[in-house]
Amino acid sequence: MPELISAVRFEEVTLPHLHAAYNLARWLVRNDQDAEDVVQEAYLRAFKFFDGYRGGESRTWLLTIVRNSCYSWLQRNRAHELTDSIDERHEDTAIDFANPELRLLQDADAQMVRAALAELPLEFREVMVMRELEELSYKEIATIADLPIGTVMSRLARGRKRLHSILVTRMGVETKGGAA
Amino acid sequence: MTCQETGQLIHALADGELDLTKSLEIETHLKGCETCVLALEEIRGLGYLMKDASLRFTPSASFEKRLRLAVRREVKEKPMTQGWWRWSMAAASLALLALAVWAAVVLLIRPSSETFVAQEVVSSHVRSLMAQHLTDVQSSDQHTVKPWFDGKLDFSPPVKDFVQQGFELKGGRLDYIDNRPVAAVVYQRRQHLINVFVWPAKSGAKPTTQASVRQGYNLMRWSSSGMEWWAISDLNLAELQQLVQLLQN
Repeated sequence: MPELISAVRFEEVTLPHLHAAYNLARWLVRNDQDAEDVVQEAYLRAFKFFDGYRGGESRTWLLTIVRNSCYSWLQRNRAHELTDSIDERHEDTAIDFANPELRLLQDADAQMVRAALAELPLEFREVMVMRELEELSYKEIATIADLPIGTVMSRLARGRKRLHSILVTRMGVETKGGAA
Repeated sequence: MTCQETGQLIHALADGELDLTKSLEIETHLKGCETCVLALEEIRGLGYLMKDASLRFTPSASFEKRLRLAVRREVKEKPMTQGWWRWSMAAASLALLALAVWAAVVLLIRPSSETFVAQEVVSSHVRSLMAQHLTDVQSSDQHTVKPWFDGKLDFSPPVKDFVQQGFELKGGRLDYIDNRPVAAVVYQRRQHLINVFVWPAKSGAKPTTQASVRQGYNLMRWSSSGMEWWAISDLNLAELQQLVQLLQN
């Protein structure tokens, strides 16, 4: 029964990464049901190409397929989310982060951070999720998202900046609201 | 390092992705720049915030179960292309490859029976010169040499003297080639010794005369009147061919 052996081996390789796969898909499509559909589609696609998997980094291999499935799904269902192209030319400066809002941010609750991250444009959101939540290396992110490492680095910088400013704004509004 | 340059690398530093040289450079800058220190703290704080906030979504247990079932279903739906069919195709192509390799080895590396005999002829020739055992019967008289073979072989080798044509008969010898006893008739042309091996030809032997060179020796083989003939010498090919023509007439 080689096909069953292959299925068992497939599960051994891919199921340990199910949480990472689901989390990435959930953050990209932003809905439980859609994330489940996309992950299932990705797993079936991965199974179809399992012969092509030559060992090595199975998490990177699987997440690449998951991300591609998310983009196909978005293309089919929410093409407008993909059309907002972002400007890659951007000079990062540390000064953008230099306002010490840290104490303020410490009071931010999970709900608020979650909402702020969900608000980020797709290109920033995916690198943030892969870096901050999945703790992937720049090299792994570059492989999965098919980007140069320099682009990964600059998107991460800009993503953090945006997230930071969203949170600062929200906290500011809330503090003011609370004071009023 | 300026604040501008630091700003480009500070995220890599926070993420532990910077090489040692750059890390040292940026840390030197941080010692004298409070702005950049604050920025680094802010970036790290944001990271902690995201991790603390348990932002990861986890799949439900029922979803994991459904996913396993979906994969198993996929296996059942496409067993021909996914499973044993692919394996058997792989096995078949492996078998074909093995066969091709075997054929190549047999055809290219294993010598043909003729090459094998040629090698034996060369070895016998060399041995006859080395071991001072050129002839068992030493005579320039064909009527001495030919009868000597009687009773020693199951065939009667043709023995002729061509001293008039410059090929002196030196004698005869028993040898063993191609898994059978054969007659070796020795001729001399000036200082060159010539071994002529002869034995009954197998059916279907090629009558054509073939010349070849092995280890510096000229070889000629042919078959006539039911006999397989091999002549070998360090003599030049043209003169060896003269002897062969004499033997063929």
